[in-house]
Amino acid sequence: MKPYDVVIIGAGVVGSAIGRELSRYKLNIAILEKEEECGFGVSKSNSGIIHPGTQHPAASLKGKLCVRGNILMRKISRELGVDFKEVGELIIAFSREEIVRLMELKKEAELLGVPRLKIVDKKWLKKNEPNLSDEAIAALYAPTAGIISPYRLAYDLCENAIKNGVEIHTDKKVRGIIKSGDCFEIQTQNGEFKSRYLINAAGLCADDISRMVGVSDFKISPRKGEEFILDKKKEHIVNHLLFPLPSKVSKGVLVIKTADGNPMIGPTAEDASDKEDLATSDEGLKKALAGARKMIPSISENDIIAYFAGLRPVGFTAPHPLAGEDFIIRHEHKATGFVNVAGIQSPGLTAAPAIAVLVSDILRNNGLTMKKKFHFCGHHREITHLFAIPFSRTKKLVKKDLAYGDIVCRCEMVSAKEVQDAIRCGAKTLDGIKFRTRAQAGRCHGSFCTTRIMKILAEERKIPLTQITKRGRGSELVKEDRLDA
Amino acid sequence: MLKRDLVIVGAGPAGMAAAISAYENGVEDILLLERDQYLGGILNQCVHTGFGLNYFKEILTGPEYAHRFIEKLKGIEAIEVSLKSFVVCLRADKTLTYFKPGALETAQAKALIMATGCREKTREMVHIAGGRPAGIFSAGLAQKLINIEGLLPGREIVIVGSGDIGLIMARRFILEGAKVKAVVEIQQQTRGLMRNVVQCLEDFDIPLYMRHKISKIHGRDRVEKVDIVKVDEELNEIAGSEFQLACDTVLISVGLIPENELIEMAGVKLDKKTNSPVSDEVNKTSIPGLFVCGNAFKVYDLVDSVSRDSADAGRLASEYLRGLK
Amino acid sequence: MIKELTCIECPKSCSLMVDIENCRIVKVNGNQCPRGQDYAKAEIENPLRILTGVVLTKGLAIKMVPVRTDKPIPKARILEAADEIKKLKVTNPLGIGDIIVSNFMGLAVNLIATRDVL
Repeated sequence: MKPYDVVIIGAGVVGSAIGRELSRYKLNIAILEKEEECGFGVSKSNSGIIHPGTQHPAASLKGKLCVRGNILMRKISRELGVDFKEVGELIIAFSREEIVRLMELKKEAELLGVPRLKIVDKKWLKKNEPNLSDEAIAALYAPTAGIISPYRLAYDLCENAIKNGVEIHTDKKVRGIIKSGDCFEIQTQNGEFKSRYLINAAGLCADDISRMVGVSDFKISPRKGEEFILDKKKEHIVNHLLFPLPSKVSKGVLVIKTADGNPMIGPTAEDASDKEDLATSDEGLKKALAGARKMIPSISENDIIAYFAGLRPVGFTAPHPLAGEDFIIRHEHKATGFVNVAGIQSPGLTAAPAIAVLVSDILRNNGLTMKKKFHFCGHHREITHLFAIPFSRTKKLVKKDLAYGDIVCRCEMVSAKEVQDAIRCGAKTLDGIKFRTRAQAGRCHGSFCTTRIMKILAEERKIPLTQITKRGRGSELVKEDRLDA
Repeated sequence: MLKRDLVIVGAGPAGMAAAISAYENGVEDILLLERDQYLGGILNQCVHTGFGLNYFKEILTGPEYAHRFIEKLKGIEAIEVSLKSFVVCLRADKTLTYFKPGALETAQAKALIMATGCREKTREMVHIAGGRPAGIFSAGLAQKLINIEGLLPGREIVIVGSGDIGLIMARRFILEGAKVKAVVEIQQQTRGLMRNVVQCLEDFDIPLYMRHKISKIHGRDRVEKVDIVKVDEELNEIAGSEFQLACDTVLISVGLIPENELIEMAGVKLDKKTNSPVSDEVNKTSIPGLFVCGNAFKVYDLVDSVSRDSADAGRLASEYLRGLK
Repeated sequence: MIKELTCIECPKSCSLMVDIENCRIVKVNGNQCPRGQDYAKAEIENPLRILTGVVLTKGLAIKMVPVRTDKPIPKARILEAADEIKKLKVTNPLGIGDIIVSNFMGLAVNLIATRDVL
């Protein structure tokens, strides 16, 4: 088996950004993903914020890569056709002491090169953020903050990487790694891969992977964040991304707009014991509501229409009681050819394109010959969402292809064609279809469309209905089909 | 743009009764839009008996009740039925935009009856702690999976909510060979009809826990078990009362929400709590000539009441049209 | 002895008080119509239920045809009967009311379709 030049472990936003960046060069690249689909790990719980770069020390990788990533993200989102909206961020102060901290944050951020920061007063806030609490007296305004759909970005990065020759293998959990001569032999539960260079972008499992090559000087500790999505009818309740002043463990409970239009409150921050614990809790709900109401007092529990939890992969390089430590991005001299990209918590999504460029440089500096391709196709074909186009265009599409007129998800107006396209682009599960098309993400949460989507999946993938899963093996939706009785 | 005298959105029991009544009261041009590929609406998946005792003085199953109206409709030329037709936009001037096979149409209705029924409250709308494993279904989705698709959603079920749909589904699962471990109701009395408690729970010795709720759902990829806890009058958890039940399925049956997002689009005000149109007179809305009937107007216990209410709406629409002339 | 029952004949769900002596009904109280009397008698002496369900089809327009017993059957045989329904398959078009299985389970009732299936 001919070895790959580079294998990347993890097809989340970071792994796929690296894959796409490297696909500009004449290299044989593969990404190994342990879940059934790309982006099913840390990335799917991301809130979608493109941070401006405030709230990070000037000397940190987090800070530098965030600012760089914020700029690169605009180009990438245009190339891939992912909707990026610049909405601006406000870090709110409720007291004089907090204003002093705002000024310190502003100074730090300016050292990093965050542009156009300004401190705004109560009058500005009343005009531009009318639902904000009367107790807010000032804010640090960072206009370059934005929002994007984190999983649509991950999918588009993956598909573009594939278009440019990258192989993506899902359902491949890495069990062991052996260095044999110049190559790494990577063993998964179903298949072995050989590669000269190995990039560890394995999110929550990055420490486990690193340990396999003998580098165990860091630990990934999961820190849970619960998020609560509000009804789209409350879209007007917030205009910018609202932040409180950061604590030592997190940026705090925010009130934001998401790329899909719904406002969202959260995340909370609780250290989790288990890398698979994605349960939400009553305490989490209370904390999120309390934090959100401090900024927007009119938010009520009745506005909440959905909720979920994510786990931040916090990297600790020393036994540290608190701290969000910095990104761990380095070539490991103890295991030549192995690059760790670990501890990528916030601002990981924003930094992803810049991380990809940094990793590319690290590889070059460590002996990988990188010849640029003549034909790198950075542009992605536009994906049609009926809910995002005017009726005049829809009319033409329906005449061209009847499947556009066949509405599967009535809450989000998603047609059978869009569901079929999502499957042909790699969606294998109900969640995969939900993240790509928004079918099942609306008011009725799949009560109406689930059976139809299952049938389309069964037909396209040529598998029985009993094998359709929510998100991979073990999450099959139904136990029996009368057809098999 | 097509101009129609009367357009009815939804051909379940409400829409069909409204269409027939409008015709019987003199309306000669009726367009009946249905998003599914059959007439009958939710009745198609309600394979149990309990329908028609009031209206027909007979005990019928859902499909049999629907059949009576479908047969009557077939004989009326003035009613044009358009299946697989899905309304996406409604404006205050009663123009609608809708999909139908091969086209996206716009129609101007002189009078409009919305018979769009209800959707169910889902897990997402009531906070139940835990992850998001497969195996959590609204009762109606479980009913559709079993009765329309012939698929068994699970083998060990816990049902949240003692409303009629939850009780009916408890029996349905038993008849399909599954185990129903419990029905859990947070209030102190059942929400459904007493006769359903008897013929769905007592008949099969299914435990009913009143003043209880599920405090957590366990399981990462599939439901594995639930924590159940007793609550007091203020719905606070009573410490020490927790117990666990192993199961692979949780059914949510905690209420229905009238589907009125279309009339809201047109500017009709909805009651914040019930999602029903705010209205002084039954079936009427703030837009003259725009009527709502059936469960979209108010959640009824019996389909017989839906048929009567919708017949009234059909009559009102015909009076309105006569008034225009 | 007095046994309490809930009548299931109609949505009123009348609460019945049934006076029983030597395993026979002496009096029924609480019913708002004569059907309650009949229900009480049946429920004490020989409880009956209508069985409904769905049967798999092959080569027809809908996958499952809804069915019912045209008369109630003994409550004690319900689970067994439900199991029997799971084993059936329909391959010919049916009209509503058509018999799928006559003398179903030997109980002198018919299993009939409750929907047209073409």
